[in-house]
Amino acid sequence: MSENMIHLTINHMPVEVPAGTRIIEAAHSIGIDIPHLCYHPDQSIKAHCRMCMVEVTGQRKLLAACSTLVWEGMEVITDSKRVYDAQVGVLDLILADHHQDCLACARNNNCDLQNLCRRFNRLKPDLPDVSSKERPRLDNPSIVRDPTKCVKCGRCVKVCTEVQGIGALSFTGRSAACKVTTAFDLPMNETDCVLCGQCTLVCPVGALTEVDHTSHVRHALHDPTKHVVVQVAPSVRVALGDDFGMEPGALVTGKMVTALKMIGFEKVFDTNFSADLTIMEEGSELLDRIKNGGCLPMITSCSPGWVNFMEKHHPEMIPHLSTAKSPQGMFGAVLKTYYAQRMGWDPKDIVSVSVMPCTAKKFEATRPELGRNGYQDVDVVLTTRELAKLIRYEGLDLKRLPESEFDAPLGTGSGAGAIFGNTGGVMEAALRTAYELYTGKELPRLEFEAVRGEVGGIREATIDLGGTSLKVAVANGLKNAEEVIRRVESGEADYLFIEIMACPGGCIGGGGQPIGTNNAKRQARIKALYALDKSLPLRKSHENPDIKTIYEEFFDHPLSHKAHELLHTTYAARPKRYDFTPYLHGTQK
Amino acid sequence: MKPFVQKLDELTPEMVALVDRVVEEHQNDPTQLVGILLDIQDGVERHYIPEPVAYYLSQRLSIRVTQIYDVVTFYSMLYDKPRAKYTLEVCNSAPCRVKDSDTLVETLKRLLNLEVGEVTYDGRFCIEKVPCFGACDVSPAVRVNGAVYGHLDSEERVLDMLRQLD
Ligand code: SF4
Ligand code: SF4
Ligand code: SF4
Ligand code: FES
Ligand code: FES
Repeated sequence: MSENMIHLTINHMPVEVPAGTRIIEAAHSIGIDIPHLCYHPDQSIKAHCRMCMVEVTGQRKLLAACSTLVWEGMEVITDSKRVYDAQVGVLDLILADHHQDCLACARNNNCDLQNLCRRFNRLKPDLPDVSSKERPRLDNPSIVRDPTKCVKCGRCVKVCTEVQGIGALSFTGRSAACKVTTAFDLPMNETDCVLCGQCTLVCPVGALTEVDHTSHVRHALHDPTKHVVVQVAPSVRVALGDDFGMEPGALVTGKMVTALKMIGFEKVFDTNFSADLTIMEEGSELLDRIKNGGCLPMITSCSPGWVNFMEKHHPEMIPHLSTAKSPQGMFGAVLKTYYAQRMGWDPKDIVSVSVMPCTAKKFEATRPELGRNGYQDVDVVLTTRELAKLIRYEGLDLKRLPESEFDAPLGTGSGAGAIFGNTGGVMEAALRTAYELYTGKELPRLEFEAVRGEVGGIREATIDLGGTSLKVAVANGLKNAEEVIRRVESGEADYLFIEIMACPGGCIGGGGQPIGTNNAKRQARIKALYALDKSLPLRKSHENPDIKTIYEEFFDHPLSHKAHELLHTTYAARPKRYDFTPYLHGTQK
Repeated sequence: MKPFVQKLDELTPEMVALVDRVVEEHQNDPTQLVGILLDIQDGVERHYIPEPVAYYLSQRLSIRVTQIYDVVTFYSMLYDKPRAKYTLEVCNSAPCRVKDSDTLVETLKRLLNLEVGEVTYDGRFCIEKVPCFGACDVSPAVRVNGAVYGHLDSEERVLDMLRQLD
């Protein structure tokens, strides 16, 4: 082992790291943060920004710490005058081409560039302002682009191309005209983009951010004629704490509910409830498809980035998508029908808010299929980041809040509902219910380890449904999803059921989660949700008493006429900018 | 990537034929992208890569349209916006300046009522100053879409040259 270890010094401190380590990581291991903008721990090396330059004894030129591998006996200096001058030079040039309006910027106080300025004490650069005066692009319900803030680090390009396999963003132009944008600078939603928001998660500055809807919520809360009700997705409770300096994966359900009540929501409900409802419908749909020769494999439909991907890139596969709405969609429908009736509220007086880990959910809520009689089932979608903003507005210190419980009756969720938030969780939840519904027997063991897993990758398993074997696959990240589709379309795989989540790790790694979400934190959140599931007495969707009640009182049984009307939806191929099918016909090799 | 599903194309059959021909000439090889784009641009009347053409090409080559846009905007010889049908390139290197290419530029500007770098309202003409293109022996000269017109030392000859272009 020791022959693979490299010994070097950084600022005269001896360091020992495995061969193949980069200087920036070696420094990190002893607590030195080398300034950087384009480097990201989960991404391949770009070496674009030149912020990370360091001096290495014996080298004539400064070296980029993010791309240079360590070698035996290397002596690195990160704070010499030469390094300082070079880094400040880079920083000043970035600032000269940067629209500095921190006070009005979504990333104020949470911005890598601002942090560097603070660190280098560069408040007023000496160079003239040559930044572009473009307006921010607000052309879709999910993501705003502000090109005047972009530092051309290329992180968004990497995540979109390498993790999501989409490549909606790229570098364009050269030198002073270099920009990061879509092809022909088109609005994002008119390109291959699926609004997953992964780019907003890696952007070091305020160039890519979610569309802010916190003021909509505040207006509603100030309107006495409205019933403002909120639902919170499973994955928010293990991520929100990050934004308040808590340990990665900290479970903050009770404190979060208190915060939501203090913000003023009349009812605070749990999307885990409708996740259980989704399992009832989706699980029944799967069994129905298997029994009655429906379209197989059936693929989950709860991830809106994934649904966008299917509608845009694989419309031929749409019949495979489960018709069950996402938990957010089901919750909205139940809220404005069943619950409104129960409370004697006019659905038009309800403002249905949801807190989601996801920017694509903002788009989903605007779908005309998710509403009726002139109203939408979900009126406002906030990301986890926006909830943190509201909590800050209230002046609350999340860590110190007491715990409260979700309101009844839409506030009870099972452990199966909780693990909806991570990759493999929907599959496991569905299997728990499908097994018992199909065999009529009790499941001997609730954990399906074979479908559990890590961020990224594809998992396959064969599950024994009391004699019938069920081949399943689980994937997260759209690049992996594309591979699963390829296997299905080529006939290479004979799955019956597939779970896909658009974001790496599933919702816990969604595009609306706190800034700083990386794969290590994703892993901690996955662990936290499985631990939560394990700690709950109720771990199967079909045993949730509130779910039983809603079927008794309202829906009758899964896949009933009423369930179809309110809990299921339709998908359609999305208009692409150009259709060249007639021309391509017969010309492809 | 799958064929696009819905319409909204201004892709003419001529452009399709052009793209198909150029792509065939380059053995359907996406690594020859720059050459393919230059050839397509030559064949488009306004000498640029129109958006639908880029989308069509991306499908023909099974590459991302962002990659094409990246390349088009990177190289200064490729254009994503329409240019003049005839760009009148006047050499401004020393030998031509000595042969009074400045007067040639002035004449062109007056006859076309155009500043250097502008395009006529009908999209036909544009005047550009460029470095030597090897026509020093017949200077003052103009190069238009690769063809050289030399000895343009009188207004008559300049008019004559312009008339030959359409
Ligand atoms: S991106 Fe960062 S530095 Fe730029 S305006 Fe926003 S907060 Fe300030
Ligand atoms: S939202 Fe997702 S698909 Fe769209 S540009 Fe960002 S990373 Fe790419
Ligand atoms: S938009 Fe953000 S992530 Fe993308 S290149 Fe610009 S600064 Fe980097
Ligand atoms: S962090 Fe090293 S060049 Fe950007
Ligand atoms: S100097 Fe003008 S063509 Fe050579």
